Amino acid sequence: MSVDLSQFIPSFLEESFEGLELMESGLLDLKPGDNETIHSIFRAAHSIKGGAGTFGFDSVTEFTHLVETLLDEMRDNRREVTSKDTEILLDSVDCMRLLIEAARDDEDYDHDKVSKTSARLSETLGEQQSTEGDSEIEHDDSKNGGSGYHIKFIPEHSLAKTGNDPIFLFSALAELGELTICANTEELPALMDIDAQELYLSWQLTLITEAEEAEIIEIFEWVEDECLLELEPITDISDEETSQNLAEDVNSDVNQSAGAPQSNNVANQEPLDSNEVAAVVENKNKETKGKAKADLGSIRVGVDKVDSLINLVGELVITQSMLSELGNDFDMSKVERLTSGLEQLLQNTKELQESVMRIRMLPISFAFNRFPRLVHDLAIKTGKEMELVISGEQTELDKTVMEQIGDPLVHLVRNAADHGIESKEVRLASGKPEKGTISLDAYHQGGNIVIEIKDDGAGINTKTVLDKAIDKGLIDANATLTDSQVYDLLFEPGFSTAAEVTDISGRGVGMDVVKRNIQSLGGRIQVESALGKGSTFKVNLPLTLAILDGQLVKVGTETYIIPLISIVESLQIDNTLINRVSGDMVLYRLRDDNVPVLPVYKMFHLETECTEIDKALLVVVEADGQKIGLMVDDLLAQQQVVIKSLNDNYQQVAGISGATILGDGSVAMILDIPGMIMMALEQAQKAQRLRTDGTSHIAEEVCL
Amino acid sequence: MNIQAMAQDVPVEGEHSVEGIDFITSGDQYLTFLLAEEQYAVDILCVEEIRSWEQPTKIPNAPSYIKGVINMRGIIVPIVDLRLKFSIGHANYLETTVVIVLTYQSEDRSRTIGFVVDAVSDVLNVEQADIKPAPAFGGCVGQQYIDGLINSENKVVTVLNVAHLQQVEKHRLQS
Repeated sequence: MSVDLSQFIPSFLEESFEGLELMESGLLDLKPGDNETIHSIFRAAHSIKGGAGTFGFDSVTEFTHLVETLLDEMRDNRREVTSKDTEILLDSVDCMRLLIEAARDDEDYDHDKVSKTSARLSETLGEQQSTEGDSEIEHDDSKNGGSGYHIKFIPEHSLAKTGNDPIFLFSALAELGELTICANTEELPALMDIDAQELYLSWQLTLITEAEEAEIIEIFEWVEDECLLELEPITDISDEETSQNLAEDVNSDVNQSAGAPQSNNVANQEPLDSNEVAAVVENKNKETKGKAKADLGSIRVGVDKVDSLINLVGELVITQSMLSELGNDFDMSKVERLTSGLEQLLQNTKELQESVMRIRMLPISFAFNRFPRLVHDLAIKTGKEMELVISGEQTELDKTVMEQIGDPLVHLVRNAADHGIESKEVRLASGKPEKGTISLDAYHQGGNIVIEIKDDGAGINTKTVLDKAIDKGLIDANATLTDSQVYDLLFEPGFSTAAEVTDISGRGVGMDVVKRNIQSLGGRIQVESALGKGSTFKVNLPLTLAILDGQLVKVGTETYIIPLISIVESLQIDNTLINRVSGDMVLYRLRDDNVPVLPVYKMFHLETECTEIDKALLVVVEADGQKIGLMVDDLLAQQQVVIKSLNDNYQQVAGISGATILGDGSVAMILDIPGMIMMALEQAQKAQRLRTDGTSHIAEEVCL
Repeated sequence: MNIQAMAQDVPVEGEHSVEGIDFITSGDQYLTFLLAEEQYAVDILCVEEIRSWEQPTKIPNAPSYIKGVINMRGIIVPIVDLRLKFSIGHANYLETTVVIVLTYQSEDRSRTIGFVVDAVSDVLNVEQADIKPAPAFGGCVGQQYIDGLINSENKVVTVLNVAHLQQVEKHRLQS
């Protein structure tokens, strides 16, 4: 019998990372005397250690043991919780994460950092524990080869019933060093009296190892209540040799009596040779590696969500059976029941869709979780006092959006800490509280989620920004810009207003990337700022990437979908507002703006009867701050559409962001507004080039 | 009952006693179809389904042989008219016009594309050795699309390379 332990490794890793997060957030909140928090941190560390031991991640076990020892002292009030200790523990959490990641990917880790941190841990421990704990803690340095233990392991008969199998214990021991096992079969009853679920054996083990006693006890941790365990250090080599002889004796004993009885026993008692164990371990490592590389990603879903889904499916099944029964012998008298049945089906489908979408939704706290630590570290690095206030962390957001919004948010928070919040002296001088506040807030607004990053710092000095922009040649020296236009300059590539470059921010890469990332998610970012009072960055994101609200429009025989989020307004064209300027560029006067008109049929080379501009409708859309008017034949319904990628079976198409399936089963293309604007610009440029190049290139134009 | 005798009746692996099954083992199977008067064949394991022609949704600015995309049970499938792609025959869309949907699994991805042909004709069993290289003497069909030729009675069937058929050329932006 052998259970493939490696199948549990992914869940161990997942739980460990969660545990680490818990430890981190606990440590950040830790105040002296707060026993509850220390307990929960200790528990997290303890289960990581236990799990790591089971799966043979020795580096993790060893390191976590030190952390645990320190936490244990705090837990028992043998040690004051000082900020220095908290710092060390936070660093330790980082190291544990490093070690677990290394174990997961089967790669090497930063030995330097780990050993430094573990040295600091040992040092801290040593201050208090000068007498007893030394040998245990400094085992790293005091590696005296050839030491080992005699282990006497007498399990209770019921051990196997609790799901424990000695062979796992032995293979874990064998990883620590050279293991000799001999089984004692004295208690084995006659074949007829054997209960196959009972364990009748006991063992005498000899382990040649450099590991410490605690590590061995650790392995037996889960069974220690159900067995008699005696550990005795090997004192000298000759003693060990005799024990080996003894082992051989008993072994032969086993072989003689081997025959019927043991094979019935649940416990596997094949003598474990270290080669075999090594093979098992190697195998396990390989599999883990494969799994880690092919990370499929998983989400934790609340049971309530799954339950509601099951309920809905139940209803759907009922509706379906009702409809199929109706269809068996249908006549016109049953039309009414059919319509009501179909309505029910519609309702069920809608609810089911919403439920399924909700499963993909996670509270934004997943993205916000890392910020307390980040701000804590930034405060230390910059020497400023600041605190982070998080609200709305229960706001839900699609998993894909969440994964991609993390990095941009980190940038924004760093910026707030580095550029926004002023130093203590400046703050006091300007009559503000000593401690700066950065607040993160998330809330729903319409079909969107808004994330606000606010600081009560210096605010954005528009004059500095302008000077810098002129300096860098981004704008003309005597251009007049509105405040919001000035803030937009911050997102230009290579722009930074920090007086000096720090290692936190100020290199001017970042803000443009932030904007690009947010835009690629279909969102936008706005800046509000008041000099001396602080600034607010508002990130506006669609709730999900899979479904969008669309306006169906008709061009010729084709139906297209324009994302509702990018539509400014739709209007009937008033002939008097059309202007043809600068050589046949068609502009439409929309209040104060002149909006260039793009006929969709021309861009997509479609046949339509609606080529006259005054017969068509104009949908004014906006992207990247540029408004354009799309000329379409007709406006159809507004509806939610499920986005399907064209890329799966085909390729990206310019001006099209994807496709969807309409109610009648036909396919409709979803327009990519920024892409269409780009396309129109390119086409215009090409046309202009051809005109300026003169007539000799007409042939080329025909080719294109 | 004689168990030994019964056991002998059970076919051992690799031995096909059931009649009619053995054709599976002899060579590969190819689906043949017509383009104008010519016969073509594709590996039958790539064939997802055969559909009747329906008007697809156009893809803006796509080459003329890409007729558009259709909805095949929720999957968006592009439709290529092989007659236009290979410049064989006329692209008339009649009641008998069919679309062969092929799925090809390459190393990193699988693609599903529908191909418009005049008619589906037969399934051929062919040994790999019977597929002869095609002579490179012109013809409208590019050499990269051809795996070889098969003699089927008096006719010659062109075996097409699905992997190459599935490759989609980049759009050229029309001005």
